[in-house]
Amino acid sequence: MFHYTIRRLLIAIPTLLIISLIIFLLLDLAPGDPMAQMPLTVPPEVKERMRQALGLDQPLLVRYFLWIKQFFWIEPLNVLDSLFGWNLVGDAQRIISWQTRSPVADIIAQRLPQTLWVVGLAYVIGVLIALPIGIISAYRQYSWFDQIGTFVSMIGFSVPTFFTGVVLIILFSVKLQWFPSIYDTTLVVDDWDSLMKQIRQMVLPVMVLALFNASQISRFMRASMLDNLRQDYVRTARAKGLSEKVVVLVHVLRNSMIPVITVIALGVPTIFGGAIITEQVFKVNGIGQLLISAIQANDVPMVQTLTFIFAVLIVLFNLIADVLYGILDPRIRYD
Amino acid sequence: MTEATVTVSEISEAPSSQWRDVWRQFRHHKGAMFGLVVFTVILLAVIFGPYLWQIDPTQVNMRMRNQGMSAAHPFGTDQLGRDLLARLLAGGRVSLAVGMLAMLLSLVLGTFVGVCAGYSRRLDGLLMRVTDLFLALPLLPLLLVMVMLFRETLSRAFGPETGVFILIVIAIGVTSWMHTARIVRGDVLTLKEREFMLAARSIGTKPSKMVWRHILPNVLSPILVSATLGIASAIITESSLSFLGLGFPPDFPTWGRLLFDAVDQIQLYPIRVILPGVAISLTVLSVNYIGDGLRDALDPRIRGR
Repeated sequence: MFHYTIRRLLIAIPTLLIISLIIFLLLDLAPGDPMAQMPLTVPPEVKERMRQALGLDQPLLVRYFLWIKQFFWIEPLNVLDSLFGWNLVGDAQRIISWQTRSPVADIIAQRLPQTLWVVGLAYVIGVLIALPIGIISAYRQYSWFDQIGTFVSMIGFSVPTFFTGVVLIILFSVKLQWFPSIYDTTLVVDDWDSLMKQIRQMVLPVMVLALFNASQISRFMRASMLDNLRQDYVRTARAKGLSEKVVVLVHVLRNSMIPVITVIALGVPTIFGGAIITEQVFKVNGIGQLLISAIQANDVPMVQTLTFIFAVLIVLFNLIADVLYGILDPRIRYD
Repeated sequence: MTEATVTVSEISEAPSSQWRDVWRQFRHHKGAMFGLVVFTVILLAVIFGPYLWQIDPTQVNMRMRNQGMSAAHPFGTDQLGRDLLARLLAGGRVSLAVGMLAMLLSLVLGTFVGVCAGYSRRLDGLLMRVTDLFLALPLLPLLLVMVMLFRETLSRAFGPETGVFILIVIAIGVTSWMHTARIVRGDVLTLKEREFMLAARSIGTKPSKMVWRHILPNVLSPILVSATLGIASAIITESSLSFLGLGFPPDFPTWGRLLFDAVDQIQLYPIRVILPGVAISLTVLSVNYIGDGLRDALDPRIRGR
């Protein structure tokens, strides 16, 4: 298991390097010019100096390796500095956003809490709803509960999140006026009132995403439970007189959770990246919204860094899912 | 435009008994039959609707703006007085065309990669690494980036509408072939061990003939299933891009674009958001049900029951 983990880690490094190269090259083809928004009165030689300050006169490879070094070395050191008050970085060049001229990592750090709160909470709630639904649907296959559950999950799976979001806005904030349609990130939670306000504005986006996640995971849970319920060991467990509760909730559930846990782990990166649309619908100014605005403003370093962070997360959670699979299922220990 | 209907009707009319079995099983799946009916209706409406309802979807008529439902405009008009029914029909054409072409592209790519990787041991490692690499890419952000980067260039080369159409079809196709490739590769690997393959090889069948005659017909069922599911996800991706404002140009109706344009006036005219949204959702739901039914019908372990 240990060797397997190490080997997977080592494979992840070239994967990430190639992905970073793809992202870098793709964005380097961008026709956008960071100087496009400068006033016309700025003389050309000053513009040229500004380009040099941004490092744009360097050859492609130099810029690529500089970016890689900044991403993997300088920015992590910077995080350590701000956590512990050290000074490891000194005045090394950081990744600078063209749009705001401030370090990309600082902006991401500002935006991350909103995304994590809304999308992370939605994922947790989605999983918590999905598991019991999947278990009951599989145990009572073709019952009315299963029929309704399958239908609802089919709908949650098929209806795009931007439409569920908009329908919920029409229903709950235009007609009923229960919840606000716009997420106010300037809200400071310091007393009971503002906490209630915060909860009320989180209800709609969390509901949309939780429905989407729950419908996907409950389908997996149901299928996996059904596979296991037909196994011989279930009959054995019943035959030796175990109560139905123990058979289903201990024997079957533990075995069916193995693939489901990998699916849940694989879904975690989408918490960060996949909520772009929901953030746009409810005007949550999180990571997804940052990406969209960076794309529209041609802010190449920001787009590069964000896309690459998403890629790193995907690779990381693929790895975690693989290792978890080995830990949970002794049959697939890789050594 | 009609690939899906062709494949579906092939199932019903093909003389071979295997497909008749599949059709018999498929008919028992209530959801799948519902999906088939709804999808056919939507497809027919979108193909023939614009000939029956001949109002130009882009015609601006400021005197008739923001009309409610009436005989002249069954779904009313938008803020520029354009007829919503005509726009929905025209938008559906584009959305479905994008969905099917992108699915076709991803299917061809996926099947090609899958067959190559499964059939040739030398290419297997390399191709599967590439597939894994593509699976590790953050797809929606990359799609957005691709659209941003190449929209201008392609618009200049092919005109704004065709250029964006080509771009979106290619972008979706290129980012969604991986699952098909993996499934096909797995199936080809098991097929290679079967006796009929050995027999075919021992009478000296050429590799190209092996692929066309023996492998492709046998991996057809997983390809069909991923084709239906691929249409659904391609339609959702296209409408998401339009919804984020990075899809087709503003005066060019697609379902996602109609929804995006209507969101600003959601408080006053919620119906304009609901209609394209329902159209997208119904299409995707019906296609997903067809895919579910097909998967059950094509699975020989379930078919007997």
